[in-house]
Amino acid sequence: MTRRLIVLAVIGVALAPLPLLLPAAQEAVAVRALLFAMMAVAWNLMSGFGGLFSFGHAAYFGLGAYTTALLTIELGLSPWIGMLAGMAVAAAFGALTGYLAVRYRLKGAYFALATFAFAEMLRLAALNSELVGGAVGLTLPVTGEQGWWTLRFDVGDPAYFWVALLLMLGSVATVIVLLNSRAGLNLLAVREDETAAAAAGVAVVRHKIMAIGVSAALTAVAGGFYSVYYLFVSPDLAFGASVSIQAILPAVIGGVGTVWGPLIGAAVLAPLSDMAATLVRTPPEFLAFLQGRSGLDVIMYAVLLIVVVLAMPRGLYGRFARRPR
Amino acid sequence: MNRTISRAGLAAVVAAAVIAGAWARSGSGTVTAQAVLTGLLLGGVYALVAMGLTLIFGVLDIVNFAHGAFMTLGMYATALLASSAGLNPYLTLLVSVPLLFGVGYVVQRHMVSRTMGGSLAAQLLLTLGIAMLLENSLLLAFSGDTRTVPVSFDTPLRVLGAVADLSRVLAFVGAMSLAGAVWLLLTRTRLGTAIRAVAANPEGASLVGLDVRRLHALTFAAGTACAGAAGTLVTPLVTVEPTAGELFNIIGFVVVVLGGLGSVPGAVAGGLIIGLTEQLGGLYLPGQSPLLVVFGVFVLVLLWRPQGLFGRPA
Repeated sequence: MTRRLIVLAVIGVALAPLPLLLPAAQEAVAVRALLFAMMAVAWNLMSGFGGLFSFGHAAYFGLGAYTTALLTIELGLSPWIGMLAGMAVAAAFGALTGYLAVRYRLKGAYFALATFAFAEMLRLAALNSELVGGAVGLTLPVTGEQGWWTLRFDVGDPAYFWVALLLMLGSVATVIVLLNSRAGLNLLAVREDETAAAAAGVAVVRHKIMAIGVSAALTAVAGGFYSVYYLFVSPDLAFGASVSIQAILPAVIGGVGTVWGPLIGAAVLAPLSDMAATLVRTPPEFLAFLQGRSGLDVIMYAVLLIVVVLAMPRGLYGRFARRPR
Repeated sequence: MNRTISRAGLAAVVAAAVIAGAWARSGSGTVTAQAVLTGLLLGGVYALVAMGLTLIFGVLDIVNFAHGAFMTLGMYATALLASSAGLNPYLTLLVSVPLLFGVGYVVQRHMVSRTMGGSLAAQLLLTLGIAMLLENSLLLAFSGDTRTVPVSFDTPLRVLGAVADLSRVLAFVGAMSLAGAVWLLLTRTRLGTAIRAVAANPEGASLVGLDVRRLHALTFAAGTACAGAAGTLVTPLVTVEPTAGELFNIIGFVVVVLGGLGSVPGAVAGGLIIGLTEQLGGLYLPGQSPLLVVFGVFVLVLLWRPQGLFGRPA
């Protein structure tokens, strides 16, 4: 565990000067990569280490985003408090829905579909609820006191990157510490063989719900940061199926069930979407038909996803970095 | 069989009660009749979509997230042929069904087959990747412009005090006929028997000399062809856009789970029930999205009866 935490600290120190070196447009890409990483790290805890395949992480992300946005707009509270509240709300929602799914023994595809249904129900509820702005969504105030407490900076300020980096490091550290604890080892035992773990005295249901709750809370942090950074949340941006996919993709491409996989996946995916955007804006001669079209970024993700699933099921990290056992 | 009949009877009683409740809640017989008619007609299409899904689910054990994208492909085939060649949209079934059958065969043979026996996540992610690829390729090729394909001879029909467009009735009749054809194929032909044998026991099927890999590919292709046919049939009713099939895919999952995994009669009954649920749910919860009720029913079924209304307990 100490070794992993040291590696994590090195990663943090290495990334910290990035916004000072990168042009402003690239900093936005870097922030997106960190956001991807936060979501994927959280998804990976529940679905990779916990073995509970979630197709509905948008639920937790959206609860974090909306809670932070609402507390900031309505009560003028600091986004830090908003994120903490969002963590609590998402963890409670995750624990409740997770309890239902685990209690009624939903497995595999059924579990995935249930998580998806819960996220969709939240999206539909938000769409028709005046309290949270309905289909229009919520816009956070741009003006006001700037600083670390309000997390309000000038557009393109390196501070946004540092906040995201801090939150990402915190998420990974949480996962590392948890995995090394007794609870984490029990969780892995439950994933590997539920019956054997139960026979050895592990409280199966409690450990699954712990994994879902912690994963939900970490995802809510990403959602909270999203609303602070983009200053806007809507039902589709917060609870849409594409959000759930964004949590899954980096983890799968980097390597499911590994600590570093989601980070590698996020570092690969975020620049890809930027590349696609550039290609569409100013395509080379032979690709002139791409001018102004959309969809290319997702096509790239999709191809990468298909290739990874078919050719390297353990992901980039599992394929290239880890010693074969 | 008796259990199936008694369940169908129970479902009919519940449906009657729900309809009576909707009547009381909306206070209008015409509104309720309209909801019932629209729900049943749309439910027929849901049944066809779900039939393809349940075939793939039941025989190959794959949660196919690409089903909706295949359906969208069928819609585009119809929309393009109808607008460029001026074909009658329903005639394009002769193109969309073989086209999607071929696409399904190739996709199964070269991609999906490589994840067979692998983890559930791998198959789910693969079909998700295929769906993203298809949808966004359509977006790239035709951009997000929406198209509509009006049927020149469309006319409103009166049925029991409610009104339904001819195109809706045709979609229902077409979907039900195709569903019936698939049912006959599965129960009355050698190929169908072979497919059911593979579903029941792949190892045993291969021991008695069935080519399991080919049958898997044929089943996936047949399921995908159902999606293509459904795509063509709904084209006159919907706005054709790259994500048009997504909703049908989701509703298809709901129907498959409700009807029982791999059960063809379950898919038909489930499709009609979900069509009704969607329309009547709108009467129960005015102002809310009708899908909210559909998902509510879905979660309840998942929790209390995951084998579905017509499935056997696992």
